[in-house]
Parts: sequence; structure tokens; C-alpha cells
Amino acid sequence: MIIRTRKSSDIPSSEITPESVYINRRKFLGASAGLGAAAFLSRDAAASPISTRQDDEPNTWEEITTHNNFYEFGLDKKDPSRNAHRLVTKPWTVKVDGLCKNPGDYQLEDFIKPSTIEDRIYRFRCVEAWSMVIPWRGFPLADVVNRAEPDPSARYVAFETLWDPEQMTERRWKPRIGWPYREGLRLDEAVHPLSLLVNGLYGKELPNQNGAPLRVIVPWKYGFKSIKSIVRMTFTEEEPPTTWATQSPGEYGFYSNVNPDVSHPRWSQATEKRIDGSKFFGHRRIDTLFLNGYADEVAHLYEGMDLQKYF
Amino acid sequence: MANPRRRILLLKCAIWLTGLGPIVWLAVGFFRGTLGVLPVDTIILVEGRWTLVFLLATLAVTPIRRLTGWNRIIQLRRLLGLFAFFHACVHFLAYAGIDQLFAIGYIIEDVLDRRYITAGFAALLLLIPLAVTSTKGWIRRLGKRWVKLHRLVYVAASLGVLHFYWKVRADTFWPLVAALTLAGLFAVRLAYRRRRLGGRATSSR
Repeated sequence: MIIRTRKSSDIPSSEITPESVYINRRKFLGASAGLGAAAFLSRDAAASPISTRQDDEPNTWEEITTHNNFYEFGLDKKDPSRNAHRLVTKPWTVKVDGLCKNPGDYQLEDFIKPSTIEDRIYRFRCVEAWSMVIPWRGFPLADVVNRAEPDPSARYVAFETLWDPEQMTERRWKPRIGWPYREGLRLDEAVHPLSLLVNGLYGKELPNQNGAPLRVIVPWKYGFKSIKSIVRMTFTEEEPPTTWATQSPGEYGFYSNVNPDVSHPRWSQATEKRIDGSKFFGHRRIDTLFLNGYADEVAHLYEGMDLQKYF
Repeated sequence: MANPRRRILLLKCAIWLTGLGPIVWLAVGFFRGTLGVLPVDTIILVEGRWTLVFLLATLAVTPIRRLTGWNRIIQLRRLLGLFAFFHACVHFLAYAGIDQLFAIGYIIEDVLDRRYITAGFAALLLLIPLAVTSTKGWIRRLGKRWVKLHRLVYVAASLGVLHFYWKVRADTFWPLVAALTLAGLFAVRLAYRRRRLGGRATSSR
């Protein structure tokens, strides 16, 4: 198991202080025992000649919080960081419903309190073929699922993002997306130890543009599966409709597992632009790993499935 | 107002400034680090937009001339067209060089398999002969064939707009604005063409 630590000499002087301080004193924990090694890449640890960063060294706070897809706050990557301050995250209620023993409206605090908060560094791979490495803070999604006690008939869990045009800025004529944003997971994916509910970043409160106050992180799937600012969880028997798969079924599937062998119809998924502060253009192109490098942990979930078909 | 020749000169200066403006803006942003976390994406996006702006501006010259009777405006067309080609080249080179690192295999795969890249690449190829033959010498040498050859710009512009429409993930607003503009410019041309042909038919009777 790898426990990642960083020497202060590893940190480029250009990095802003808060997360550097954080990095210096924090030991990065992997997932629970046995999963730790998986949380990080096994690629050679040599730094690239154009980057001062080691492979899979976390992105800066600035990078993580200014390059976001959160269409409710605008379509440009910078828009969410400019507009998401309008999102009111306190108080926040999450509705749990569908096929479960303990449905109800839960205050965010009650949702989080029973769980042990931990920090985990995960790779984050966007379907648009860029990627980062992000130190999330959160707790296992399984905690919440188990507390809800899904019925035996429940096979999926659906999630919904807040939709409030008053707080959200993207109201321009846009016929093709039906809000609220919806996502979903198979129940065995949701209770997998790598799946997180996240409420923090770099040990601090999660910024709104990154999905405050509570979001999902499923690191082996494309980023859009990791739904932000959740207000509802519904246990269902049937595969729930999800926003991008509904909008463009030929391009986005329900599973959307990171897979270099299944290209998006409009671009290859074989490689990705790792945003890493490299000289000149701030990124370097690397090979995309099957299941984003978490195959040892999660590949068994898809045994016997044709991943070309269930993409 | 300035005399006609001076007016054209001023407009040409304005076109030069507008044409080089995005490059200066990108260069300044690049060095100041304000192009975002993935500057290459910003470069490709901005250059793609300006390619379309200049292509549509080039195609607007004749309709404006017809509608206003201002014949000298034709003197601006070559410059507009060359700037469209220039931005198309920067757009493509940013994609091929910075984004794909000149990995020819991936680029060929993109061009063959991804329809929006197929369309965009075809548009770029079509612009090459037009840029090459934009000189006075070629205009003279080709004569009437020059006009025919340069009708390829209609195809290139249509492919460019299609490339834009097929690329966006969700917001088709600007691609549709571009498409409607292009359609409007075609409509003016067709209307005048019809009227001219109609006129000829009447006079020959």
C-alpha cells in the first residue's frame, strides 16, 4: 500500500500557499486498506522534462476550481468559478426516496455526521479528454446507501442536482438540456469502497463550482457521472434516465466507464491531456488507463459485460 | 467623410487590426496566464470563431455591394478572405501541434472518423487553392475560371459552419447564428442572380 507524502522541495514555488501548507503536513490516505495502492498510478514516478510535478501529483487549488463543467452556471470552463457564488448551500436538504426503508428529507449535517470523513486523492478524467488529480474530502457513498436500507428490489440509485433558475445563471435559449441534471449508478457501483460523497477539497469546504455542498465522486467513470450539488437520491429497480445519455444516447452511455478502447464518436479516448502545470501549455498528453487506472478494484463489477455495448 | 480611396484604406487598416487582434490577445493572455487552465483549448476555440467571422465577412462583401451599390467594397474581399485562411491555419496548427503533438496517426484517425473534424479539415483544404490563387497574377492567368474556382468558398464556409455545429456539446445557439447568417448571405446572392438572369431573359426576347 502506498501512502503518499510530499517533501516541501517537491512543491513549485509558484503554488499558492494554502494547499502547499496542507500538502506539507498531510499524509495522503488511499482508500481503505488494500485499496490504497489503487488510488494512485503505477506509472513511473519520474517527472516529465517540462513539468515540475511528479506523476499524479495533485493539481493546484486554482486549477481545480477554475476549470469546471457545471452548465447550470455557464458553458465556458471559467463560468462556474465566476457564477457559482450565487448558489446558496446553507441550509441544504437531501431527499431520499424510492425503494428503501428510510426515505425522507435529510438535513445535510445529519447526512454527513454519522460518517468518518477522510481525504483521498483520485484521478479525475473528463469525457472531454482532459484530466486532473484531485485531493477530495468526503466519505463512502456506501454509508448513505446502507443507512437508507434499499429494498431487495432496488438495483440502481438515481441522483438529482439542484435546479433553481434564480440561483443558476444559464438561462439562455438552450433547447437541448432538460434540467435538473440527473445521474445514476448501479447499486453495486454505488456501494463500492472507491465511490465517495464529497464535501471538501484540499481539506477545506468544497467550492460551489466543484459541486458544493455535496457531490458524488466515482473515479473510474468520466467526470460527468460524478454529479454535483445533490438534492435527491432515489432507489429504483430500472436503470434511471441520466442527462447526457438522454440528450445524446449515441455519445454518452449509462455506464460511461473510462475506457481508452471505446472512443467518443467525436474524439478519441485513448489519450488525455493531463493538466499538470507543464511549461508553455500547462498540460501533457498521457495514455488513458482502463477504468482510469482503477481496474484492479472495479473491473469485476463488469465481468461478462460487453463494454463496447455498455459504454 | 473621407474620399472613397481613403475610406477603403481606413477599412483595410481596420481589417488588419481586427485580423491580427485575436493573435495579439492570445499572445498577451498566454504570457499573462489568463487563457485558462488549458490554454490550447482557448486558442483553438478563439481561432475557430475568428475563422468563421472572417469567412462570413468575406461572403458578405458581394451581398453588401449588391444591396448598397458600393462597388469599391470589393477591394476588401481578398484581405478578408486571407485573414479567414490565416485564422483557419492557426486553428488547425494549434489542434495538430499543441493538442495532438503532431501525432499523425491520431490526426488521420480524427480526420477520417470524426465527422466534425472531417468537415473542418475539408474546409481548410478547400481554402488552400483559394489563398494561393488570390494574387493578381493568378486572377489574370485563370480568367473566367478564377471566378468558378473561387465559388469553392461557399462549400468551405458551409463545411466550416457544419464543423462548428457538430462540435458543440449542448449549446447550438452560435452555430445556428452562423448558419442563419450564411443562409441569409446565400439568399441575397440567389435573389440577385435570379433577377439578373430574369432580366437577361426579358431583354433577349
